[in-house]
Amino acid sequence: MIRYMLIRIFNSLLVLLAIITITFFLMHAIPGGPFTSEKNIPAAVLKNIEERYRLHDPLWKQYIDYLGNLIRFDLGPSFKYAGRTVNDLIRESFPVSLQLGVVSIALSILLGIPAGAIAALRQNKWQDYATMFFATLGVSVPSFVLATLLIYIFAIKLSLLPAAMWGGITYMILPALTLAGQPTAFIARLTRSSMLEVLAQDYIKTARAKGLSPFLILYRHALKNALIPVITYIGPMAAGILTGSFIIENIFAIPGLGRHFVTSIYNRDYTVILGVTIFYSVLIIGLNLIVDLIYPLLNPRIKLNGKQGE
Amino acid sequence: MNLTSHSFEPILQKDAAANHIRPSMTYRQDAWRRLKKNKLAMIGLYAILLILLIALAGPWLSSLSYSDQDLMATNQSPSAEHWFGTDNLGRDLFIRVLYGARISLSIGIIASILNLTIGVIYGGIAGFFGGRIDKVMMNIVDILYGIPVLLYVILLMVVLEPGLINIFIALGIAYWLRMARIVRGQILSLKEQDYVLAARTLGASNWRILFRHLIPNSLGPIIITMTLAIPEAIFTEAFLSFIGLGVAAPMASWGVLASEGITSLRSYPFQLFFPAMAISITMLAFNFLGDGLRDALDPRVRR
Repeated sequence: MIRYMLIRIFNSLLVLLAIITITFFLMHAIPGGPFTSEKNIPAAVLKNIEERYRLHDPLWKQYIDYLGNLIRFDLGPSFKYAGRTVNDLIRESFPVSLQLGVVSIALSILLGIPAGAIAALRQNKWQDYATMFFATLGVSVPSFVLATLLIYIFAIKLSLLPAAMWGGITYMILPALTLAGQPTAFIARLTRSSMLEVLAQDYIKTARAKGLSPFLILYRHALKNALIPVITYIGPMAAGILTGSFIIENIFAIPGLGRHFVTSIYNRDYTVILGVTIFYSVLIIGLNLIVDLIYPLLNPRIKLNGKQGE
Repeated sequence: MNLTSHSFEPILQKDAAANHIRPSMTYRQDAWRRLKKNKLAMIGLYAILLILLIALAGPWLSSLSYSDQDLMATNQSPSAEHWFGTDNLGRDLFIRVLYGARISLSIGIIASILNLTIGVIYGGIAGFFGGRIDKVMMNIVDILYGIPVLLYVILLMVVLEPGLINIFIALGIAYWLRMARIVRGQILSLKEQDYVLAARTLGASNWRILFRHLIPNSLGPIIITMTLAIPEAIFTEAFLSFIGLGVAAPMASWGVLASEGITSLRSYPFQLFFPAMAISITMLAFNFLGDGLRDALDPRVRR
């Protein structure tokens, strides 16, 4: 167990180092410096800027410096906005994204699990078909289409909810629903198939034969076991919601980190792209690590010999 | 009880069914039969074929091109002349959606062929040679698996500059991991089979066994993974287009068309509606087909 955990933690750190290295060198492989787009910079100014960002150092030295700064959680200054650091940016805008993300995850779990469970219990009845229809639809419709559809219906036609901006719960409903769309569909499908598998097990028959109430069977015996695979989906789901927020925050004009990230891509603000990518990666890898460490506790059937099952 | 002589007549075998021996079926015939029974999967298959046909032949049916502008007829609603209406430069949306189909579908197909090639070779070698090679190769995959892929596709696109070829490259590099894992698992279990031993006894080389025997026998899971990888690639491209990293104007994929449509949603909702429908129908078709293929080809779910 301990050995497994140590290996997982070590692997995660390795992934992080790989990511930082890849990102760093990718960003520096771009032809032209980050200031080439600005026209008419006097040579002296350009020299000063390059001096300040230490662009004259050899690449490996810049890399070591960057790693050193990262250990102190310093992601460096923004290239485009004078006087702002990447850390400032994350500190300002990440709480907004976090709020939106947590609500979306909660929504998709609260909607997806019951929908999947009902579909499994009523297999091949209309409840099943309806759930699976919406689940397939949910996987097939791109989030920006869903977003615009919701805005069109609820904000423009019905004037019930605000179409954009941030502040208060009403502003959160549409973006959170949009972000939750795809994960909800996925969770519903996942819950349904694993629930069907569990319901066919002998111990469910035994529980029924013992005369347990259907609710108790469903809750204690079926659902608890059926949800174990769903937990592994939390990592990818968080990643999906994160990247989904790039688009959603743009459409809804929400001042979150995703929107800043896309803006920094438009502006080719390299340090911000670099910093935010690393920040997101740490977040996702950390979450995956936590899920992996919790998973064996929930599912004692998993063998822990330091190798990942697949 | 009233017994007559009638009751003692032997029952003749009425139907031949009991004696009838079912013709033996190859795996492929069996899978195809099962797929045909799955209505949704067949709808998906026909829809995909139709979309492909339209994408290939469609643009020839009209004299207009995707870049032809008619500034006298901008932002027109759908009509007999312009089936899907026109955009803000007076370009016919129907034609643009048709050309978009070419781009989006070719992105989906080429990206998944790239994944297929890399994934099958990589996973095949790891699974076949096993031992230390397998351990090292799969450790690399495990490590790469932890990387949030979409972020890296974005980074690659930033570095490579937007464009069709670069989208192929970025998607190809990014999405082969799942394929490699699946192929490796499949090969690992297949290589213990007797026919591999037979081939080896007959003096077949490792490469021949791998490429003539093992990989063809893992085709089922490979095809399933590929069918589900195509919509994912189309999705990713739409996403990239949306954040300004897609194909360059005046060419337009469905993703570009949809994100152009979003900007004029309030005044001309149809400009979003048609490309969005095109994306969604294609996704739906591929998902139906993929699910159906999984049921038909995956022996584990045979009950």
